[in-house]
Amino acid sequence: MKALARHPTLLLGGLVTLLLLATAFLSRVWTPAPPTQIQITRRLAPPLEAGLLGADHFGRDIASLLMAGAWNSLSIAFVAVLLGMAGGVLLGTLAAAWRGWAEEIVMRLADVTFAFPAVLSAIMIAALIGPGVTTAVIAIGVFNVPVFARVARSAALQIWERDFVLAARSAGKGALLITFHHVLPNIAGLLIVQATIQLAMAILAEAGLSFLGVGVPPPHPSWGRMLSDSQTYLSQAPHLAILPGLAIALAVLGFNMLGDGLRDVIDPKLRRKR
Amino acid sequence: MILLLLRRFASLIVTLLLASLAIFVVLEVLPGDPAAIMLGTEAREDTLAALRQQMGLDRPAYERYLDWLGGMLTGDLGLSMTYRVSVSELVADRLAVTIPLAVMAILISTALAVPLGLIAAANHEKVADRGVMLFAQIGVAIPNFWFGLLLILFFSSYLGWFSAGGFPGWAANPALALKALLLPAIALALPQAAILARVTRSSVLEILGEDFVRTARAKGLTRRVTLHRHVLRNALIPVVTVMGMQFSFLVAGAILVENVFTLPGLGRLLFQAMSQRDLVVIKDVVLLFAALVILVNFLVDLAYAWLDPRLRQRT
Repeated sequence: MKALARHPTLLLGGLVTLLLLATAFLSRVWTPAPPTQIQITRRLAPPLEAGLLGADHFGRDIASLLMAGAWNSLSIAFVAVLLGMAGGVLLGTLAAAWRGWAEEIVMRLADVTFAFPAVLSAIMIAALIGPGVTTAVIAIGVFNVPVFARVARSAALQIWERDFVLAARSAGKGALLITFHHVLPNIAGLLIVQATIQLAMAILAEAGLSFLGVGVPPPHPSWGRMLSDSQTYLSQAPHLAILPGLAIALAVLGFNMLGDGLRDVIDPKLRRKR
Repeated sequence: MILLLLRRFASLIVTLLLASLAIFVVLEVLPGDPAAIMLGTEAREDTLAALRQQMGLDRPAYERYLDWLGGMLTGDLGLSMTYRVSVSELVADRLAVTIPLAVMAILISTALAVPLGLIAAANHEKVADRGVMLFAQIGVAIPNFWFGLLLILFFSSYLGWFSAGGFPGWAANPALALKALLLPAIALALPQAAILARVTRSSVLEILGEDFVRTARAKGLTRRVTLHRHVLRNALIPVVTVMGMQFSFLVAGAILVENVFTLPGLGRLLFQAMSQRDLVVIKDVVLLFAALVILVNFLVDLAYAWLDPRLRQRT
């Protein structure tokens, strides 16, 4: 507890993230009303007039939509970041292990992939296979590959310079074994920090894709699409635009703060610079 | 420097070629029959055959790829299936909105971020510093398309100072056109400003700890003069690098923000092309966006090498 009190960012970020995860999981078993239930009599009702946070243009309960949206947003973000992490860490650590042309190829590919933000890839994929969760996961996941490849490579290169790796090499261990036994365990902390920050970016990206209509398909609730739908009723029912945006911002803030806090704990030298 | 320039240029060409190849493979090779994708499953066979011929799908893929690249270099981007006009014409019109929007966003974010970062570093761990860091944390977390909606809500719906969207065109009234781009540019600039303020702060803090800064102060220079003459100049190098890296997010942001403000820019064109499954437009515009990101990163890389003599000597 004392350690947590020394890192208020970690504590606050952790709490927000925990609250978000709890909300997402709770939405699987309970929401104040069924999120997709249409009740036209409650149409555009402001907060407290119909449920805690009001109702949308179909009279659906906004609190329930936000809760269910948390699950959709987080699950897409988690899967996409995990995929990006798996691909990126594999490429980055192998580039550091093999160096030479393998490293050059991986870094060039990273440069190329980095030129395709998730929205750009999602539009290409959506034109082919249509919008949907798969499109969002592939687009966000692909953009995460070069991010993890770069981080993993530069961290792994530092580990390769250490004495214990030299000892392992002298003992005849191959590049792959050293990567799995020595490099990966030593860069795991850094990768977890990066993953937390990437989760924040992935939540933002998912919201953007759903806003454009290439993410979670209707009638499944999604924060981004709630924002997109709110545009028509902006002056009539501003809460439709304000609440989902707040949910996205809070979720991103939580993961970012958690990532920053974890980084402070793992590498206190960075604290002053950040 | 010349050797470095040549190496970076070669790397630029390879990256551009790989990006174009990736787009071509995804949009023209992987789908099998792009004509069927564009016209849908219920299209008649003769219509499909006509489109296949128009798109040259009867020729080998490598030939089409080379033709496409050649067309890109000569400015012949093909014909849009939806708009029935040349893509070059469409793109030129839309660039007249997207480029000024991006430039305005970069200017606003820099004008906001550099002074904020400087103030935060000069008042390290004081109230001003904490305030800037809080702004940075929140600014990064706010989606630009949501911020755009909030700006419309406040400045258009509530105050009535701006229109809620649309673009009057440069020819009709340049001042009005500029005004129409202001809110979208602010929406795009906020997250960029938050990131840049953070980078400026950490970069200035790092330079403040350097020996030459202590020497400048020991020689009797005031804090303000030291900050402006010695610290800021050096501290801006990483800021420029991060600006280049952020360009990719600016491009993604432009696609979203243009849709919020219904601006007829390149991002909206791409979105409309996706809805219409106009693969010709998508292919060209995605490559343009990707090339823009790669080119900006290349220029930043060069600027970095030019600004930092150590890097030039190493290469």
